[in-house]
Amino acid sequence: MTTGEPGQPRTDRSPWNWLLVLPIVLPLLTFLFNADEPRLFGFPLFYWLQIAFIVVGVVSTTIVYRMTK
Amino acid sequence: MSAHTTELVVFIVLFLIVSGMGFVAARWRRPSDLASLNEWGLGGRSFGSWVTWFLIGGDLYTAYTFVAVPALVFSAGALGFYALPYTVVVYPLVFLVLARMWSVSHVHGFVTPADFVRARFGSPTLALAVAITGLVATMPYIALQLVGIEAVLKAMGITGHLPIIIAFAILAAYTYQSGLRAPALIAFVKDSLIYIVILAAVIYIPAQLGGWDSIFDAAKAKFDASAAPGDGILLNANNQLQYITLAFGSALALFLYPHSLTGVLASKNRNVIKRNMSALPAYSLVLGLIALLGFMAIAAGVKPVTAGGKADTNTIVPVLFDQMFPDWFTGVAYAAIGIGALVPAAIMSIAAANLFTRNIYREYINKDATDAQEANVSKIASLLVKVGAVLCILLLDPQFSIDLQLIGGVVILQTLPSVALGLYTRWFHKGGLIAGWAAGLAAGMWMLYLIPNPANGKQHFGGSAFGLANLGFDTKMTVYAGFLALGVNLVVAALGTLIFRAAKVADGKDATARDDYFADEGDPKVKDLDLTGSH
Repeated sequence: MTTGEPGQPRTDRSPWNWLLVLPIVLPLLTFLFNADEPRLFGFPLFYWLQIAFIVVGVVSTTIVYRMTK
Repeated sequence: MSAHTTELVVFIVLFLIVSGMGFVAARWRRPSDLASLNEWGLGGRSFGSWVTWFLIGGDLYTAYTFVAVPALVFSAGALGFYALPYTVVVYPLVFLVLARMWSVSHVHGFVTPADFVRARFGSPTLALAVAITGLVATMPYIALQLVGIEAVLKAMGITGHLPIIIAFAILAAYTYQSGLRAPALIAFVKDSLIYIVILAAVIYIPAQLGGWDSIFDAAKAKFDASAAPGDGILLNANNQLQYITLAFGSALALFLYPHSLTGVLASKNRNVIKRNMSALPAYSLVLGLIALLGFMAIAAGVKPVTAGGKADTNTIVPVLFDQMFPDWFTGVAYAAIGIGALVPAAIMSIAAANLFTRNIYREYINKDATDAQEANVSKIASLLVKVGAVLCILLLDPQFSIDLQLIGGVVILQTLPSVALGLYTRWFHKGGLIAGWAAGLAAGMWMLYLIPNPANGKQHFGGSAFGLANLGFDTKMTVYAGFLALGVNLVVAALGTLIFRAAKVADGKDATARDDYFADEGDPKVKDLDLTGSH
């Protein structure tokens, strides 16, 4: 993104940035995960799904980084 | 012979190795001269992805976090797990913001967030407000690192303050000598130890306790039997909004802390920061697992250490380790927590010292300070900051530091409009921002004052969950006080901006240019900061 055409002003705008909204919003939607069942490896939904959101965050930021560098 | 001898020996040996590394760090990536804030305070602004990952990770995930988050889960349950969504949300949230902050700081040589505000809004007064807010928020945080070490020492049966004083004296000495290079180097050891201990804990302890199913069931049984209304392994109707606003508000606050920004500015280019935003969540996973140690402690029937008749829930993790692990490994785990306190304490004291040097000393005491003078003042200030932190713990009730840290989160959020929004827009008038800052602080203090804590009988400053009933709503719902205070701040800042504009009050001059926000390694820098703004 810092390799813009000569003469073009640099910018950090990109449609890919919208992907960052997903891991910001998902972990705040308590109705998605505020339940005990189904359990995974003994973890209630509340715990395993929120841990799974870490993966969403990593994938989203990695894609945005790759597509905009 | 005490029952804790093996633990103590392992702890002391690891502690001494790390202290040695702290002193040697001055020679690591040796610069021609350490006598400038760029070198002493920011490690030469040259750290690559790996060093930055360890440095920021070691900085954000502190010993106090490792001790206090499971303690909260132990006593309140699901609500304490907010630390996980908090650290998932934060990295995508600041992904673009920090890259901009790095660029503009690189071009202008900014060392602190207040430096940026000074140049962006041309207002030394607003910069002073941001600097003092940063100092007030950081100081109790340093003191709390001592609480983390103390929790470990208590679990080993060591009381008295002498060990803490010695630990902090060593820390102060090598930070003075090596600057940011010391915590950067030590962070490798600290984080490696933490990862080893936590992996061992989440594999070994559940196997001893009959699996995760029975751990969660034991926690559920405890909370079902307790009389407190807010606890449980799930959230209830009244604390869901608190959970969301606390996670989101904490995420907004994290990189406003001056010490978080120190790690960011020490990296060598924009891509290092962006790459780290996708690599740092590895620590979030660890933090999530650490939080669950609170439930393991319940299942293992851990009783917190009591001192002076009061049970100290901060000791549950150390006691859990003591019960479950063989002695030598407990020693390793304790060392992980102890060293875990040193890294952030060093970075925080450097950040606080830089704030004093750049935004108070250079602005008001010695306008023509040379690089060497700045580095010297910062080194001495970093010593004073640590003495202050030790005195806080020795002279005051540690509870006072915990309260202050709670207030600190609410307070640092009030710099968001000038620091974070300032990276995107110059729309706000400097007067509006100052008014918003003051109003947000006042609202935050008022709300925190009204929050009681029935668990320990405190009438005021008992937590961060502000009951909406205080505002006249007929509900038991609670919201994170910092979040509401930030709302007040933003509204006042916007209204103030409109009023100051209408009254044609002169605004400060913006010393930054649009392209500065996208500059990268190798681009030309402005050598000297333009310091011609009006007060």
